[in-house]
Amino acid sequence: MASNDMVEIRWHGRGGQGAKMACMLLADVAGLQGKYVQGFPEYGPERMGAPITAYNRISEKRCNIHSNIYYPDYVVVVDESLLDSVDVTGGLKEDGAIIINTPSSPREIRPRLNGWTGKVCTIDARRISEEVLGSNFPNTPMLAAAVKVSGVLESGHFLANIEESFKHKFAAKPQLIEGNMATLKKSMEEVRLG
Amino acid sequence: MSHRLSGNEAVAYALKQINPDVMGAFPITPSTEIPEQFANYVANGEVNTEYVTVESEHSSMSVCIAAQAAGARSVSATSSCGLALMYELLYVAASCRLPITLACVNRALSGPININHDYSDSMGARDSGWIQIYAENNQEAYDNFIMAMPIGEHLSVRLPVMSCMDGFITSHAVENIELLETDAVRSFIGEYKPENYLLKKENPLAVGPYDISPYYMEHKVQEAEAMKAAKARILEVAAEFAKISGRSYGLFEEYRMEDAEFALVLMGSSAGTAKAAVDKLREDGVKAGLVKIRVFRPFPGEELVRALAGTRAVAVMDKSEGFSGSGGPLFAETRSALYDLKERPHMINIVFGLGGRDLKVEDVEKVFGRLANIAVTGEIGPLYTHMGQRSKEEIV
Repeated sequence: MASNDMVEIRWHGRGGQGAKMACMLLADVAGLQGKYVQGFPEYGPERMGAPITAYNRISEKRCNIHSNIYYPDYVVVVDESLLDSVDVTGGLKEDGAIIINTPSSPREIRPRLNGWTGKVCTIDARRISEEVLGSNFPNTPMLAAAVKVSGVLESGHFLANIEESFKHKFAAKPQLIEGNMATLKKSMEEVRLG
Repeated sequence: MSHRLSGNEAVAYALKQINPDVMGAFPITPSTEIPEQFANYVANGEVNTEYVTVESEHSSMSVCIAAQAAGARSVSATSSCGLALMYELLYVAASCRLPITLACVNRALSGPININHDYSDSMGARDSGWIQIYAENNQEAYDNFIMAMPIGEHLSVRLPVMSCMDGFITSHAVENIELLETDAVRSFIGEYKPENYLLKKENPLAVGPYDISPYYMEHKVQEAEAMKAAKARILEVAAEFAKISGRSYGLFEEYRMEDAEFALVLMGSSAGTAKAAVDKLREDGVKAGLVKIRVFRPFPGEELVRALAGTRAVAVMDKSEGFSGSGGPLFAETRSALYDLKERPHMINIVFGLGGRDLKVEDVEKVFGRLANIAVTGEIGPLYTHMGQRSKEEIV
């Protein structure tokens, strides 16, 4: 059973958008901060554009559970179009939150959430990514929004640690580090709570 | 060293630390990242392994056999259909007494084609003469891989070792992991010094020739004796490993079994999920426990008898369907092991999780509920059932 100090996050994205990578980055950074972590994807048929799910558990104790997450504290939706086809709020805890990549406001998006009455957060990750990186990589801004909303990691430490992680991840493409750092910061500033 | 790695990354890193002589490499999901990551180490000059890319798993295992017979330490990684394509060679490797190490990232074996986890691939190879060791998580996948060579290469054993982890659940999940220093790994593994090998000019020999009936049976008996001897060696190596890592391993892990009345026998990552169920039931006063099989070949039958002797009811949970018509392979072995026990616990078999069907903590609690019921009524109900499928009404 998930212990009380454990935060569970479920990611919904489409194959190719980097939801899995964001999930893995979160696990890595939380681990750097001394937490026990899990980051794992759930694969259906592997193809670009197909819905994929990824999961994070972040805790003060090692977690032995290796099932998927059915009652998440937070849900991150990397692709707005999934709201029409996937039950993204399924099992989401009442005091949790859903974070959606959309230009719409929380108030505008709420009617599409199957009667979900809890916290809704929105962030225009596509625009931020296109403005800063020049193309649509919504995963890093979504990761920043998830960290900001959940408070699972302190924002300042998160930014410092993820820069280290990027240096490893983008060792072959160091020009991507600065842009990705900028998208993270911008996303943390712009995420809207509703 | 404290890190975060997936199971595949952990084994690739172990391989880098070991720096084997030869790798026979052919990719297949979900083990692909192992040869992929290791190829980077080769390309960067961080190891001096002869990395042989081939056109199939039949050839990757053939490469390992030829290299190991020549006196080189060789490794490979595979999954599912890849293991099936190696099938003939698995027997050749074992009967030639070549201690090759294979990372088996378990995945359902076709058909229907499926990329997710169950044990139908390695369970099919359980009688091939390979030692089989199973990991619960990334840490165990790393540790088991490092222990494989000192086990397999020992003179009393000389058998190949399959170091198994759960596809995706372990292979693709990033978790915390403690890594050993490379120097410690290398001195733990030592140098591979086979007694005889093809390139030893003082003692030319043939490897794998036709074995006529007057000799064949003697060779198979020797192989069987080696498998029996492996048990003691596995424990010796585990004791040595504990000294450098602080982590202890046995043939299986007993979790809260001291006074357990109801027990599960299962393997791999599912055991982790089941531990959470055991903890929860213990809080409610239920005397639940579990035995996680780490070493399936050789099968720790006598030791299991001791572990399960005090229980009232046991559920053996198989994550592969053996099509025996009377239960999965883990059940058959466990039940047989307990035959000589005078006061046997009630025992049932549950086949679950095929093709990656998820096992939840609640599912495990239901199994314990059934065991409690069996203990009260003395009736086991159906001996062998499936759990989690939608087509039939569940019995659990």
